[in-house]
Amino acid sequence: MGKEFILSLMVIIPLGTAFVISLFGKYLRNFCDKAIMVSSFLLLALSLYCRFLLTNTAGTLVYKVGGWNPPFGICMVLDGLSCFMLVTVNIVAFLIALYSLKYMEQYTDKPKFFTLFSLMVCGMNGVILTGDIFNLFVFVEIASIASYALVAFGTEAEELEASFKYAIMGSIASIFIFIGIALLYGFTSTLNMADMAKILTVKDSFRLVPFVAVLFLMGFGIKAALVPFHAWLADAHPSAPASISAMLSGLLIKTLGVYSLVRIFFNVFNAGQVHTVYLKVFMFLGALSIIVGVILAISQWDLKRLLAYHSVSQVGYIILGIGLGTPLGILGGLYHLFNHSIFKSLLFLNSGAVDYSAGTRDLKETGGLAKVMPVTYGTSLFASMSIAGVPPFNGFFSKFLIILACAQAGHIGYGICAVIGSILTLSSFMKVQKFVFLGELKEKFKKVKEVPFSMQISMIILAVVCLLGGLMFVSPLKFFLQDAVNVVTGGMSYSNAVLGGGK
Amino acid sequence: MVNNKAGMTLIVKTITRLTVGLIMLFGIYIVFHGHLSPGGGFAGGVIVALSFVHLMLVFGKDFAMAKISRNLASNLESVGALMFLFVALLGFLGGSFFHNVIAKGKPFDLFSSGTIILSNISIGLKVGVGLFAIFLALVVLEMAKKE
Repeated sequence: MGKEFILSLMVIIPLGTAFVISLFGKYLRNFCDKAIMVSSFLLLALSLYCRFLLTNTAGTLVYKVGGWNPPFGICMVLDGLSCFMLVTVNIVAFLIALYSLKYMEQYTDKPKFFTLFSLMVCGMNGVILTGDIFNLFVFVEIASIASYALVAFGTEAEELEASFKYAIMGSIASIFIFIGIALLYGFTSTLNMADMAKILTVKDSFRLVPFVAVLFLMGFGIKAALVPFHAWLADAHPSAPASISAMLSGLLIKTLGVYSLVRIFFNVFNAGQVHTVYLKVFMFLGALSIIVGVILAISQWDLKRLLAYHSVSQVGYIILGIGLGTPLGILGGLYHLFNHSIFKSLLFLNSGAVDYSAGTRDLKETGGLAKVMPVTYGTSLFASMSIAGVPPFNGFFSKFLIILACAQAGHIGYGICAVIGSILTLSSFMKVQKFVFLGELKEKFKKVKEVPFSMQISMIILAVVCLLGGLMFVSPLKFFLQDAVNVVTGGMSYSNAVLGGGK
Repeated sequence: MVNNKAGMTLIVKTITRLTVGLIMLFGIYIVFHGHLSPGGGFAGGVIVALSFVHLMLVFGKDFAMAKISRNLASNLESVGALMFLFVALLGFLGGSFFHNVIAKGKPFDLFSSGTIILSNISIGLKVGVGLFAIFLALVVLEMAKKE
């Protein structure tokens, strides 16, 4: 048994944890806390080990589920891109699990929460690792359905409404994805993504692929909340408990939406000349998302709603960067993906901390909380400066790379969009800082206390990662991003690596 | 039966008493023959769940809940999922996740497909109990609304 079996553990551990918690969590006190911490720590350690393994083997790791060889059975693939996503997901998921231990005590049923949380992590790890397109759909559904339930976790009327809306939109997205997969399967007679890519280069597919591409663009576009498809996000993300908002905004829209789009469009559909058309669509939707998202965000007074609209805008940056199609643009896009998962989950955790201590997240009511909640204030300042792109923080470098790549590729207009988006982001986060943390401390907030230690520590770690994330572009750490970029720009090399048995 | 007032009329109750066992048996048949004929864990599980739903419709909520309580249903559902995972993990004995480690036997025999039949049984358990739990939750919700 080779070391590849670790890939299957990335799915087995969260799945097992989910059902063990749902079985024993009700009866044993604190069992769910221990189980979730052990499992998410193991996942984090294993994902870092995967990175180590990938460097050592210098290639692609392929795990054959059930011992069947790639074109026939399901395989799990670890390459630069999936490893990059895997590490991102598991870092953030671990810290959010740590934060949820105390935060979720204000809700009833913690075991149920952690069951769904684990299932969501399982779905995301599965989406990232699988090399089979139908398996990808199944994992997308696991993660989405867990998230529908989690959005409604508070069971207030508006939360149920938001969850219902999200479930409808999510199911429509899934139907588009499903039809796309069915058509591709009918055309290529295979479900393995690598094999599919190979067949699409040989078989004349100029009528089918554009149609399927549109279906996937709509399906995964809804999951990623790109602008014409973003309406559900502004309801769903604020309604969830803060730690779940952080999961949804930080990880789910990127894993289910952006990662799947990139994997399918760059590694599976890389055959014909239509390619540049997709890139143009990506760039246009990205730029549109940047502007529309930030304009919608700036006028919000609900802290979490404001953050949710910023997710739309920031996903726009990622898609714009990737859509440029140049190595520098893709590097910037993926780098921004990592950075955004870190600072956006931190911001949502901050909003949760404000809600936990002060009992409100309305910007008109809060004020002056910096004096009573120094840790929350400090970490949120870090995150706000990161998202706004202030120099030493990670957000600056990735946005700068994207803008540079726009200029380099000759798309000055899109570059200007990105700059405008960044300026408006800065102004809206100045608003957040001013109304939540600075100014006069109101009488009723005099007795507010800082959040418990475990919540503080996870926010502090995320803030440190925000600061250190700026170093990822420096050469000793750059391999992490560069490997991912090589997979995306490599196109058919993915298919060859998987079918060639992982070398 | 327990409470003659609850549920539907005598005719329906008598017919149900005769058929409900057959429906459940048919569900179990579908689960066990998943590797031989159309159907399998999911379809069979749905039929098993329907036999309980049938009981509930005809004899009322309390009668069916005496057979399977909500707690038991949710526990059994987790057990079903864990069983499936366990069968998949058994594959590690043969070298990889989901590997079919048990002897395959003669084709078209009832016990012939190694771990497939075990997977089907655990899926049947999960789906059957899960679907019944969903129905139960909807019924409880509807009753809470009326009160």
